Amino acid sequence: MQVSELDSHVWTASPARQAMRILVIEDDREAASWLVKGLAEAGHIADHAADGEEGLGLALEAVHDVLIVDRMLPKVDGLTIIRKLRDANIQTPVLILSALADVDERVKGLRAGGDDYLGKPYAFAELIARVENLGSRVKDAPQSTRLKAADLEIDLLTRTVTRAGKPILLQPREFKLLEYLVRNAGHIVTRTMLLENVWDYHFDPQTNVIDVHISRLRAKIDKGHDEPILQTVRGAGYMIRDK
Amino acid sequence: MTGPLKLLRTSTFRLAALYLILFAISVAALLGYVYWNTAVLLQEQTDYTIQAEVQALSDQYQLRGLNGILDTVQRRSADDTGAVYLLAAPAGQRIAGNLDDLPTVPKGDTSWIEFPLDVQNGATRENHVARAYYTDLPGGFKLIVGRDVESLRQFAAIIRQTIYYALAIALVLGLGGGLLMSRNFLRRVDAITEASRTIMAGNMSGRMPVTGSNDELDRLALALNEMLEQIESLMGAMKEVSSNVAHDLKTPLTRIKARVEAALRSGSEAEYRAALENTVDESDRLLDTFNALLSIARAEAGQARGGLVAVDVAELIADVADLYEPMAEEEGGTLTSSAGPGLQVFGDRQLLAQALTNLLDNALKYGARDGEKPRITLTGALEDDKVVITVADHGEGIPAEDRGRVTERFVRLDESRTKPGNGLGLSLVSGVMKLHKGSLVLEDNVPGLKARLVLPVWREG
Repeated sequence: MQVSELDSHVWTASPARQAMRILVIEDDREAASWLVKGLAEAGHIADHAADGEEGLGLALEAVHDVLIVDRMLPKVDGLTIIRKLRDANIQTPVLILSALADVDERVKGLRAGGDDYLGKPYAFAELIARVENLGSRVKDAPQSTRLKAADLEIDLLTRTVTRAGKPILLQPREFKLLEYLVRNAGHIVTRTMLLENVWDYHFDPQTNVIDVHISRLRAKIDKGHDEPILQTVRGAGYMIRDK
Repeated sequence: MTGPLKLLRTSTFRLAALYLILFAISVAALLGYVYWNTAVLLQEQTDYTIQAEVQALSDQYQLRGLNGILDTVQRRSADDTGAVYLLAAPAGQRIAGNLDDLPTVPKGDTSWIEFPLDVQNGATRENHVARAYYTDLPGGFKLIVGRDVESLRQFAAIIRQTIYYALAIALVLGLGGGLLMSRNFLRRVDAITEASRTIMAGNMSGRMPVTGSNDELDRLALALNEMLEQIESLMGAMKEVSSNVAHDLKTPLTRIKARVEAALRSGSEAEYRAALENTVDESDRLLDTFNALLSIARAEAGQARGGLVAVDVAELIADVADLYEPMAEEEGGTLTSSAGPGLQVFGDRQLLAQALTNLLDNALKYGARDGEKPRITLTGALEDDKVVITVADHGEGIPAEDRGRVTERFVRLDESRTKPGNGLGLSLVSGVMKLHKGSLVLEDNVPGLKARLVLPVWREG
């Protein structure tokens, strides 16, 4: 079996994906400058606001695809920014970045209207994967009962999977795993994102249990096909090819 | 501050004063009651008798006229009972009775009068006081009926005097008693204050004095001592943790430094890249260690207790088993799980799952003897009204003497440290158990390790 492995550094520099306009609201200028630089290298346009007031002003213009918001900010704190945006009916997806990484803090952030939460310090690959996941979320708004990626099809009603027309039998958890990957087809999904969204675990087990699940899934969906659809992105996570 | 002023401000004085006031009020009330019941009631009794007699004499006068009453007054005057009588003509001359003449009476028909009375007692004449009722009979005759109340007055005076003395004695005793009692009480409070001061000054092994009387103060001191005991052991643990943290963080940092320095010396781009990648890996591990330490600290501090909910044990076990089963099979082993239905604990699903994954990680790492495949069981059951979740393997196990210390932070029995890990896994499990008011029990699975999470059972309502 051929296992595809992409390098995240090469991948993130690929110009194939749609560029997003991202607003970074972060008071630590050095951290912000690395973040803006990384986002630019990944092919996105990033604006930076160094305090809550400026950030809220920029976010209210509603021209950004994704907001990256630190929680502890001078003048207006991150959660207040998000609440004010939601009150103004601006639904720009928000990734909350915070050193407050406990589960209950996370719940607070999501309740305030954040869409995803990432604890500091973070791996850049993790951040970009989540930002791109948020940026693509808006587009698949209508609830479809069928998901497609390349020649792979998932019927959510009958819970059946076919590849090139041939049915594939999956365990319930494998189905859930594949569904999440296919919903994010064309985007990197990190191990942490899988743990959070497929297992609802917000901690990292010491062993890489996810890799084993992925390799089992891969054995089922890529077996007998020349072109692997489930790819490993080295240093970042996994991706389902969408074309 | 001057001496007396200072005394006024002490709690000793205030307590004693309060005690004294309360004591004096109650003694005064008691004695006042006694006085009322004796002297005052006796006087009232006398008045009542006099009035009854006046009534009887008046009635007699109405029925039998002057002669009838004259007779009675003369007869009664002759008896030496301390009673005084006087019947006088309208002009005021004495007609009958044992009073020599009419005492000065106020104007008006009737009234109570008191007047001095000379009494022949043997050879001496005594000045007594008489209390009498003066009334006008129809026809202008005047009638005075009274009693010698000298002995009553004296009796009342004795009682009053007794009361004054009793009050004075009560005040002295009360003041003394109050001072003694409050001094005794406050001396013990002062001793506790003093003990706290020495502890604050750094003598962490200091304890509150306990007298052994098992009163409130003793119980307070005992509770404080228990608290101090716990603080001391926590501080001891903290010290040990800090030094362990320092050691366990220094090691990877030293490695990073050595690696980077070597790369810098080599001047090769490939070496630079390798060193940087290595640095990223090492810092990831350091961050993991920090995160684990924070999780343990949070669990142990019980901060997360607010977010606890009812957690279904069977679901918890099924989810974790689902995550780890492929891993065990990958190693050629097995992970079998089972749990009784309907079992619930009051807890944090994330932390409980994290504790279970730590135990399963250990079971995968250490749960197989050489050449064997890991056989791991994960079970949940109700035992003696406790929910017991067990992770059992067939590996080398943990020697009985080490079972106590493996839950300490950074303790790894694998001295060579050939397997990855930070020595915090079981510490987290034990911290999570503390948060859930449960315990981690390590037992021999003959062979292997049986890790039991014993948790209070949660029932709805």
